[in-house]
Amino acid sequence: MFRYANPAVFMRLSGVLLPWVSGAALIALAVGLYLGFHVPPDYQQGMTVTIMFVHVPAAIVAESAYGLIAIASLFSLVWRHPLADTAARAAAPLGAVFTALGLVTGSLWGRPMWGAYWVWDARLTSFLLLLFLYLGYIALWNAIEDEARAARAAAILALVGAINLPIIKFSVDWWNTLHQGESILSGQIASVFLWPLLIMALGYMLLFAALWMIRIRTEIVTRRARNLMQRAA
Amino acid sequence: MSGPFASLLVRDLRLAARSGGSAALALAFFALVATLVPLGVGADLKLLSRIAGGVLWVGAVLAALLSLDRLYQGDFDDGSLDLIALSPLSLEQVALAKLLAHWFSTGLPLTLLSPLLALLFGLSAEGTWALFLSLLIGTPAVSAVGAIGASLTLSLKRGGLILPLIILPLLAPAVIFGAGAVTAALDHLPNGALGLLSAFSLAAVLLSPFAAAACVRLNLAG
Repeated sequence: MFRYANPAVFMRLSGVLLPWVSGAALIALAVGLYLGFHVPPDYQQGMTVTIMFVHVPAAIVAESAYGLIAIASLFSLVWRHPLADTAARAAAPLGAVFTALGLVTGSLWGRPMWGAYWVWDARLTSFLLLLFLYLGYIALWNAIEDEARAARAAAILALVGAINLPIIKFSVDWWNTLHQGESILSGQIASVFLWPLLIMALGYMLLFAALWMIRIRTEIVTRRARNLMQRAA
Repeated sequence: MSGPFASLLVRDLRLAARSGGSAALALAFFALVATLVPLGVGADLKLLSRIAGGVLWVGAVLAALLSLDRLYQGDFDDGSLDLIALSPLSLEQVALAKLLAHWFSTGLPLTLLSPLLALLFGLSAEGTWALFLSLLIGTPAVSAVGAIGASLTLSLKRGGLILPLIILPLLAPAVIFGAGAVTAALDHLPNGALGLLSAFSLAAVLLSPFAAAACVRLNLAG
C-alpha cells in the first residue's frame, strides 16, 4: 500500500492501468446495456424493470464510494498515507454525482411502480442524507485554506458520517419500507435479470475506478505545476 | 467530577450566561419559528397538532445551531483554548465539559420552553409530555453532534453556513425519532422511537468528545 504512496509510482501504475480499466468499463457497459434491453418483460413491471439496470449500479457505486472515502480517511489519519487525502478528495464529487443519479433514476422508477416520485421511507431518506454528507464533505475541503488541515478535518468528518452506510444498507431490513428488500445475495432475483445487473454494476464500478484514477492523476499533476510555478516566481 | 472538569464547566456556563444572553436568543428564535409556521400553514389546530412534534423539533435543532460557533471559537480566538489544552484535563474531558455547558445553556432551556410552545400548536397533554421527554433526551445529542461540527469549522473565517450543512444530515435520526415519539403518543401506538432516540443520544454524547478533541488538536497544532 505504501509503495503506491509515492506519486511518481502511482502515476506510472495508473498510466498503465487506465486504458485497460476504461476499455473494460466501456465493454462491460455496452454488454450490460445490450443484455438489459433484451430481457423478457417482468411479470409485474413489464419493461420498466430495465430502469433497475441503471438505478441499482448507481446506488451501489454511490455507497461504495463513500466507503472508499472512509477507508482512505482512516489511512490518512492513522497511517498518514500521503496519497490517501488526494484519493478521498478526488472520489467525493464522483460519489456525489452517482448518488444524485441513483436518486433521479430511482425517482423515475418510483413513479410508474409506486405512483410517487418520492416517499419518505428509510432507504430513500438515508440515501438522500448520503448526498448531503458528500456535499458537506466537499464543502469542508474547499472551506479550509490550509491543505494539510483540510485533509485531516475532512477525514474526521468522513469517518463520523460513515455511520450512515450500514443504516442505508440495512434500512430495508430494519424498517417497513416501500423500497424493495434485499434480493441479490439471497438469490431471490431471477438469473435472467441478475446477469445484466451484475455486468452493469461491474461496468459502473470500472467507470468509477477510471474516473477516480484520472482525478487523482490530475490532482498530482496540478500540484506539480503549482510547485513549479511557485519556484519560478 | 474532578476539580478541573467542574471549574471548566462552571466557567463555560458563566460565559454563556454573560455573553449577551445567548440562551435567551435561542429561546426567542425557537419561539419565533413556532410562531411563523402556524402563520404559514394556517390556523387549523388539528393539522398543527399533527405537525407540532416535527416543527418544534426542527425549531429546537436550528435554535441550538445558533449558539454553536461560540462553543470553541471564542476560546480559540483569544488563546484560552491553548491554555485549556495545557491543563491536566485531557482534550476529550474538555470537549465533554463544553458539551455539557452548551446543553445546560441552550438545549435544556429549549426543552423547558417547549411545553409552552406546544400550547400554540394545540398539542394534547400526552403529545406535550412526549415532546418534552424527547427534547430532554435528544437535545444532548444535538449539542454533541454540534460540538463535532463546531470543532471542525473552528478556524474558518466564513464558517457560517457550512456548519449546518455538516451537522444537519447527522442530526436527522434525532429529528426522525424525536418527532416520531410525539406521533406515537398522539396515535397511542408504541413505536420505540424514544428508545432509539435514547440510544442515538447516548452514542452521540459518548463518541462526540473523541471526535471533537481530535478536531481541536488538529486546529491547535496548525
